[in-house]
Amino acid sequence: MYSPVVMDHFKNPRNVGVIENPDGVGTVGNPVCGDLMTVYIKVENDIIVDVKFQTFGCAAAIATSSMITEMAKGKHVDEALKITRQNVADNLGGLPPVKMHCSNLAADALHLAIKDYYKKRKGVDIEVEVHPEDHTH
Amino acid sequence: MVKPRIYFDNSATTMVAPEVVEAMLPYYTQYYGNASSLHTFGQEAKKALEESRAKVAALINAQPDEIIFTGGGTESDNIAIKGIAYRNRTKGKHIITSSIEHPAVLETCRALEKEGFELTYVRVSSEGIVDTQELERSIRKDTILITVMHSNNEIGTIQPVEEIGEIAARHGIPFHTDAVQSAGKIKIDVKAQHIDLLTLTAHKIHGPKGVGALYIRKGIQLQPIIHGGGHEKGLRSSTENVAGVVGFGKACEIAATNLEANADHMRKLRERAIEGVLASIEASYLNGHRTQRLPNNANFRFTGIEGESLVLMLDEAGFATSTGSACSSHKLQPSHVLMALGLRHEEAHGSLRVTFSRYNTEAEVDLFLQTLPGIVGELRKISPLWNRR
Repeated sequence: MYSPVVMDHFKNPRNVGVIENPDGVGTVGNPVCGDLMTVYIKVENDIIVDVKFQTFGCAAAIATSSMITEMAKGKHVDEALKITRQNVADNLGGLPPVKMHCSNLAADALHLAIKDYYKKRKGVDIEVEVHPEDHTH
Repeated sequence: MVKPRIYFDNSATTMVAPEVVEAMLPYYTQYYGNASSLHTFGQEAKKALEESRAKVAALINAQPDEIIFTGGGTESDNIAIKGIAYRNRTKGKHIITSSIEHPAVLETCRALEKEGFELTYVRVSSEGIVDTQELERSIRKDTILITVMHSNNEIGTIQPVEEIGEIAARHGIPFHTDAVQSAGKIKIDVKAQHIDLLTLTAHKIHGPKGVGALYIRKGIQLQPIIHGGGHEKGLRSSTENVAGVVGFGKACEIAATNLEANADHMRKLRERAIEGVLASIEASYLNGHRTQRLPNNANFRFTGIEGESLVLMLDEAGFATSTGSACSSHKLQPSHVLMALGLRHEEAHGSLRVTFSRYNTEAEVDLFLQTLPGIVGELRKISPLWNRR
C-alpha cells in the first residue's frame, strides 16, 4: 500500500517533538479523518533553522509530517511557503490516492506556522495556501 | 530475534484447515463433474454437494433442504434481504436493522432505501448490544423484515438473537441474521432462536474463500435476484462450486465437533490478552461488552493513537491485526460501529482488533503482550493528543 520511503519515514520519523518558545506554530487536521498535526518552527534571519512536529494519524500523516520537516529545514521562509502537498507526496515516492487529502496536511501545517511567524515576529498578516476543505469534511 | 509471523486477524479470514484442503482436492482433479449433469461424474459431484449441505445444516440445527449455497456472506445477505423485500413489496416497505451491521447488510439496506423502502436503524448500548425494546417499538404494520447480526464483526458483541427472534415471531415478521462471525465460535440454533434466514460463510471457519450459505426456513419465500439455470432452488443460479462446498462442509463438521473445546481455548487467549493489555498500558480500553462477546474477539483503543499506525507497527513486529478504523481500508470515515457506541471521532479512529483462532497459542499472546506496550509508547511520543492531555 505504501512506498518504501513512506514506510521509512513512518517507522523512523525525523524531527519529532516540540520547540520551546517557537517562532511559529501551525496546527491542522480534523478528527473525522483521524489526522491532527502540529508543526513548530525556529527562525533566524528568515531562515528556518529548526522544525519539529507532533502528529496523531495514520502512517501517511506521520510520514508527510516527517518529510516536511526535512524539506523545510534550512530554507528561507518564503521558499518554504512554496512547498506544496504534491511536492511532499512526490518526495515520499507517492501516496495512495485516498491518502492525498486528509492525510497530506503537513504542507498546510508548515504554511500556517510561517504565517504565525510573520504575525508574531514581524506584525504582518500574510495569505498562505491551505486547504480548509480537507480539514473539515 | 527472528521476526515472528503471528496471525491475530481471524475475523477477517482464517487459515484453511489442512483436513479441509485434503477433502477438497479430489473434487478438482477426480470428481470434477458438473453437479447438474446426468452422468456418473455429475452424480459424484451432486452427492458431495448434498452431503456437504447436511453438514452445514447440522452446524445450525437446520434441515439440509433449508440450506442453499452461495458465493459468500455478502451474497447470502443480498439474496436474503433483497429477496424478502422484493417478494413482499406489495405488503409493506419497512425494514428494521441495527446501526452496527456489517456493510454487506448496511449497504444492501441503503440500496433498498434508494428504491423507496423505509429503514429503521436500531441503536445499540455503549457496550454494543442492540436495544430490543427500541427494536420492538419500531415495528410498524408494514414491517416486512428484521435483520440483525448474530454477533458483531468489529467488537465481537453477541446480540440478543433469541429475544429478537421471539419478537419477530410474535409479530409475524421474517427475521434474518448474519451469523458469519458466530459460526464455529458459539452455538447457533435456528429453531431455538426463531431464525428464518441466516447467513454463513466458509472462510471464517477455516474453510475456503468464495463459498457461503443461506439458511431459509421452510415456508419462507424469496424473490430471486440472480437469474439463470435455476440452481439452488432458483435462488443462486450458477454452476455449483463443488470443491468449495465440500471444503465448507468439512469445515462445518470440524467446527461442530469441537465447538466447545475450541471456544474455551480461544476464550482463554482472549482473557489473557484483555487482562494483559489493560494492565500493562495506561489509558487503554476494551471496546464492546466485557463478557457478552465472541470468545475470539478483543478490541482495544489507546488514547492518542490512530489505529492504522498501530496495525502497521505491529505488522513490522510480526503480528497481523486490524483496526475498526476505516483509514486502513478504502474509506476515511471512522468505524460506524465504534461511533454507534458513542465514542468520539479520535477514539473511534484508535481501535485495534485482535481476533484469535483455534490455532493460536498462549505463547503467541505472551509475545504480543511483550511487544505492544513499546509500540504504543513510540506512537504516543509522536502524538499531539497524548502530549496535550
